[in-house]
Amino acid sequence: MWGYLGRRILSTIPVVLIVAVLIFLMLRLTPGDPASVIAGDAATSADVAEIREKLGLSGSIVSQFFIWAGHALQGDFGESFFYKKTVASLIADRLEPTLALSVLTIILATAIAVPLGTIAAYRQGSWIDRGVMGLSVAGFSVPVFVIGYLLIFLFSLHLGWFPVQGYQRLANGFWGFLHHLILPALALAIVFIALLARMTRTSVLEVLNEDYVRTARAKGLPNLKVLVFHALRNAAVPIVTVIGISIAALLGGVVVTESVFNIPGLGRLTVDAVLARDYPTVQAVILLFSLTYVGINLVIDVIYTVLDPRIRY
Amino acid sequence: MSTVIEPSAIEAPDIKSARPGVVKRLLRNPSVLIGAALLLLIALMGLCAPLLSKIDPADIDPSNRNKLPGYESTVRDDDGNKVQRVAVMGTDSLGRDIYTRVVWGARVSLSIGVAVAALSVATGLFIGLVAGYFRALDGVLMRIMDGLMAVPAILVAIALVSLSGASLMTVIIAVAIPEIPRVVRLVRAIVLSIREEPYVEAAISVGTPAPLLLWRHVLPNTIAPLIVQATFIAGAAILLEAALSFLGVGIPPEIPTWGNIMAEGRSVFQILPHNILYPAAFLTATVLAINMLGDGLRDTLDPRMAKRV
Repeated sequence: MWGYLGRRILSTIPVVLIVAVLIFLMLRLTPGDPASVIAGDAATSADVAEIREKLGLSGSIVSQFFIWAGHALQGDFGESFFYKKTVASLIADRLEPTLALSVLTIILATAIAVPLGTIAAYRQGSWIDRGVMGLSVAGFSVPVFVIGYLLIFLFSLHLGWFPVQGYQRLANGFWGFLHHLILPALALAIVFIALLARMTRTSVLEVLNEDYVRTARAKGLPNLKVLVFHALRNAAVPIVTVIGISIAALLGGVVVTESVFNIPGLGRLTVDAVLARDYPTVQAVILLFSLTYVGINLVIDVIYTVLDPRIRY
Repeated sequence: MSTVIEPSAIEAPDIKSARPGVVKRLLRNPSVLIGAALLLLIALMGLCAPLLSKIDPADIDPSNRNKLPGYESTVRDDDGNKVQRVAVMGTDSLGRDIYTRVVWGARVSLSIGVAVAALSVATGLFIGLVAGYFRALDGVLMRIMDGLMAVPAILVAIALVSLSGASLMTVIIAVAIPEIPRVVRLVRAIVLSIREEPYVEAAISVGTPAPLLLWRHVLPNTIAPLIVQATFIAGAAILLEAALSFLGVGIPPEIPTWGNIMAEGRSVFQILPHNILYPAAFLTATVLAINMLGDGLRDTLDPRMAKRV
């Protein structure tokens, strides 16, 4: 187990390195000199040269990469051109809303989708099954910002149950925090509910035909017990995989959702930084999102061995 | 007492009726039918945009800004005659007719879907064939693909568009790049399983050169799964383009796309929700049609994949 964990962690290093190179190249190889962009239109060539020197842009591209990566490894992503703060403190500031939104979305999606998918599988071919499958195709097709505006339109403007936009920090009270976060999390959760309910259904359907499920029924266990303890438990590996895969899409959805609901998180920061051509911030945030993705996939692999002892590495 | 069965008495099984042709099976699939019909309707709407609305989608009318759906106005046409004009879906904050822009937006959205699907499938197919067949390159190529997959698609697209300037072409390339790794993985998996087939071994043993082998024996096996994949990519691309335009980092705002119309309507959403709701309905219907078509195609063309998902 520990040997596997060690090897698995080592195997992420090349991926992380490639991500870093890709992000670095993406910003360096595109037309336009970052130094002159930063300096602005009124800058003299001496100003530009000074900024270039300061950013470590004067050497060859390889040495530039190592300077950037070396600083990044120490948690130093430089100073934001636009916000005039260090990128690290900027990110720390914006972390809470994004983290809260993501966690609440995953909780909501799992709590709604897994029971739905299980019921659909249990009553295969019934109207519940058809309904769940139909809704899941629809759920894939509605963009998250459209769902967001529909929810705002219905629950905030018409019914007045939730605030229209904005965010309240956890430190200012839990209920206010939750109150502001429910609509965005629900908007973001819809597509994952669609994906997860579908996967749960397929995976439970497969397990329901197994001998041990029949045995459990034959010895007279109530249906609910069979479903939860025999079927769902064994169907868990593919379900957890899908949760892991959807994290990448979730991170992308966060960017849009935060813009719709005006939440001051990392997603909004990314869009604002890109629009302001704030390169150090853009690089750092994209790197952070990618590392999160790689890290979550690592955790998922470890969870496998816990969920299914037959999986050994 | 022996019974001799005459050979003619045994009816030859009709193989054709047991497994009807692909086209017939596709036409029997309700998901394919509904999806294709809806998509055709939207494509027709885009094609006939100049007929469906006589107004220029970029026409700014400052005196009729932010009007509700059904608003009537009187304008003078080129001959000086007074014409009644009804803004069926209202107008935006520059007085442009939303209905006209929505109809024209279908063109842009559908072209982006098709262009991105074609570009990412072509590139992914090439890289996938190379990675699957030439083992020396496999490791490097697949690690690059892993790295690309680790960055959320929307961030790759936002970064690429903002750095190289917003235009239709940049958006198409920026949306296509994050889709490539998925195609590469699919193609590579198919190549790896096909390599072990006896007919490929036979072809290798008689000295078929690699390009010919890939072309004649491997490529045909990738067509069905790639058609299915291309459909889903087209749907995802239309959604991603709309999201980019909506965030203000997509196609230039003067070009009418569904995402741009919604981006325009963001600031006045609380009073005039139609700016967002009408294009949203068309966007959703289009993606829904594509996804239904994709589901149906998958079930019909690629039953193995249908089982997996």
